[in-house]
Amino acid sequence: MAPDWHPERHELHGITVVVDTRGAEIYVGRCDDMDDQRVILLDADMHKDGDDGRTKSEYVERAAQFGIWKKFDRLELAQSDVASIRRLGEV
Amino acid sequence: MPYSELMVAPMRAELASVGFEELRTAEDVDAFMSQKEGTALLILNSVCGCAAGQARPGVRKALEHSVRPDRLATVFAGQDVEAVARARGYFADIPPSSPSMVLLKDGEVIYFVPRHRIESRSADDVAADLTAAFDRYIAAPTPA
Repeated sequence: MAPDWHPERHELHGITVVVDTRGAEIYVGRCDDMDDQRVILLDADMHKDGDDGRTKSEYVERAAQFGIWKKFDRLELAQSDVASIRRLGEV
Repeated sequence: MPYSELMVAPMRAELASVGFEELRTAEDVDAFMSQKEGTALLILNSVCGCAAGQARPGVRKALEHSVRPDRLATVFAGQDVEAVARARGYFADIPPSSPSMVLLKDGEVIYFVPRHRIESRSADDVAADLTAAFDRYIAAPTPA
């Protein structure tokens, strides 16, 4: 496993994650930090279910293969909106 | 802003010492990419921890495999800015990612390993991914 370079941060710090929400949006980005209130993503992309004719899962499949084009340098998401968080590398 | 070359030199040497040609300019990249025949592995090196802990050691281990690409080259993200931009221009459909790895056959991308498939895995996992790609896309090993 990767060495823990920043032990003060969440264990997913520096890892590219998929953050699915309870709504239509799904995010992929590099996790900077998270706690029980928020998730902070860097260099992130957002997809809305059905945009460009792609479902959330189709978008994630493509992202897992090639990565993402970032739309946001930094995003802060409320944990109350988050349905799941997983590593993109494990998709 | 690029890091000090003093700090980066060992990161370059880790790949150069196993046969990677360093592409430091756009012209170097063009010259490398103009040779389309055969197979090539291009590594986008970087200063980040996953390059040090997983990418470079994984690549070095993969190159111990019996099947390997004909040519090896590397560009250094954040350091050789012009060369990296030119290299990414050849793979315009693929989002920027560093470290990352591109396997080419006859000038076409046949396999790509983005950062997210490096960052949370071991060097052995990265090596296994690459050697599987070598076996699948380059050739079957020659019997001893």
